[in-house]
Amino acid sequence: MAEGVNEMIRDGAEAKVIRRNKRLVKSRIPKRYRVRELDERIRRERTRAEARLISQARRAGVATPVIYDIYNSTIEMDYIEGKPLKYVISEGLCEKLGELVGRLHAAGIIHGDLTTSNIIWDGSKMWLIDFGLAFSAEDIESRGVDIHVLFQTLESSHPNHEALIAAFCRGYNRTLESAKDVLERVVEIETRGRYA
Amino acid sequence: MTLVLGIEGTAWNLSAAVVNEDEVVCEVTHTYKPVTGGIHPREAAQHHAQFASWVMSNLFDELAEKNINPNDIEAISFSQGPGLGACLRTVATAARALSLSLEIPLVGVNHCVAHVEIGRWKTPAKDPVVLYASGANTQVLAYRRGKYRVFGETLDIGVGNALDKFARSAGLSHPGGPQIEMYAKDSVNYVNLPYVVKGMDFSFSGLSTAATDALQKHTLEDVCYSLQENAFAMLVEVTERALAHTGKTEVLLGGGVGANMRLREMLDIMCDDRGASFYVPEKRFMGDNGAMIAWLGLLMYKAGDTIEVEDSHVNPNYRPDMVDVTWLKE
Repeated sequence: MAEGVNEMIRDGAEAKVIRRNKRLVKSRIPKRYRVRELDERIRRERTRAEARLISQARRAGVATPVIYDIYNSTIEMDYIEGKPLKYVISEGLCEKLGELVGRLHAAGIIHGDLTTSNIIWDGSKMWLIDFGLAFSAEDIESRGVDIHVLFQTLESSHPNHEALIAAFCRGYNRTLESAKDVLERVVEIETRGRYA
Repeated sequence: MTLVLGIEGTAWNLSAAVVNEDEVVCEVTHTYKPVTGGIHPREAAQHHAQFASWVMSNLFDELAEKNINPNDIEAISFSQGPGLGACLRTVATAARALSLSLEIPLVGVNHCVAHVEIGRWKTPAKDPVVLYASGANTQVLAYRRGKYRVFGETLDIGVGNALDKFARSAGLSHPGGPQIEMYAKDSVNYVNLPYVVKGMDFSFSGLSTAATDALQKHTLEDVCYSLQENAFAMLVEVTERALAHTGKTEVLLGGGVGANMRLREMLDIMCDDRGASFYVPEKRFMGDNGAMIAWLGLLMYKAGDTIEVEDSHVNPNYRPDMVDVTWLKE
């Protein structure tokens, strides 16, 4: 384990994330309401699944943090230096993001929490972080929900969201064969209002 | 005071009640009890048809004893769905007949939303995340922008049905939930069973089947215990996520499965760790009851939310997020 100063990055319901120099340490929190055997199993399985998907995404050409260590329900990985997309957003970057998500989906991975805080721009490269809710799937619905979450973030925090969404779609259409079907599904999901 | 008469009969419980703004004035219930196995939809509907007049005449007798004139009732509400189609149609027919003969408006009520509203009425909960766990329905709901949104729900069967299905395969009688709870208390070992949470949704049918298979190798007590632990942990996890996501600070439990003390304990621990308040209405308002239909009927009637008989068809798949919450002001 690396020595150094600990800085709490996030103290969430499911996990806490600490920065220790150039590394990020993500630990899933035990839940008192669950029986211990079940609690340990869930945290161990999810930690492994997250680590596996982070590596799979990288092999598919999506920049993700390098993992150094996995123990119990903790992952140690690279801390990505850069700015969250929400602070540097532009049409150009959204088009790049569309390509990135297209590659991720083409590789059979759903991120599950595509907000502009989980996308990092380091000035030359775009990184995807926090695969805590990620899973493997290739169906239109899962891809559609993934993108719907992103569009909601854009709509709620960026006034020029229409142009940003159009730019995203240009990039997405370029890298994923079924992009048209997915984007049509996104419109349908919005009308359902369930995820609103 | 406004008096509203409500009728519930989505599944096995036929129940009618009259409420006003302050209290449940009276309630009469007759429950369909299958001789063997679980709820048979046609038999349940026949039960409701057979006992509808019995329930109504007893209800009107009770009103007479309290010196309440049936002509003072201002509206009739009924469960429009979700539920078993044949049961819904039987109850809707009774409600329409009453509405026409008493010449008062009809209110079509969403059964899931009624569970939420009776909980808000009978506990201090104001704006809670609601875990509604019954036989057929299992949902995590919360109010947001004019509707009760479904934040998580079962992808297949309700948690109560999963427990009942397992109970039947283990030779226990219907309903299985209370017996599973009893056997679970004498367990000594936790047995590994599937735990299925996908995003904000849960799935129970695989868990139920796996629990049945586990009986080959493990004691009934251990399987009952482990089945409860997994099923309820799934419910509590999604409820906690909904709390974190919405920023709300209250949890309300509803539905028949809410009678289970282990489920309550788990929710209580989770809320305690998050600094949230946990509310459970008294037992008579947890399972399906006529009072909740009358109460939501009263809220909707006062908001002007009534329907014409010709627009009063039932909807077995009526979702709570299809309802415009006309009775709440933000």
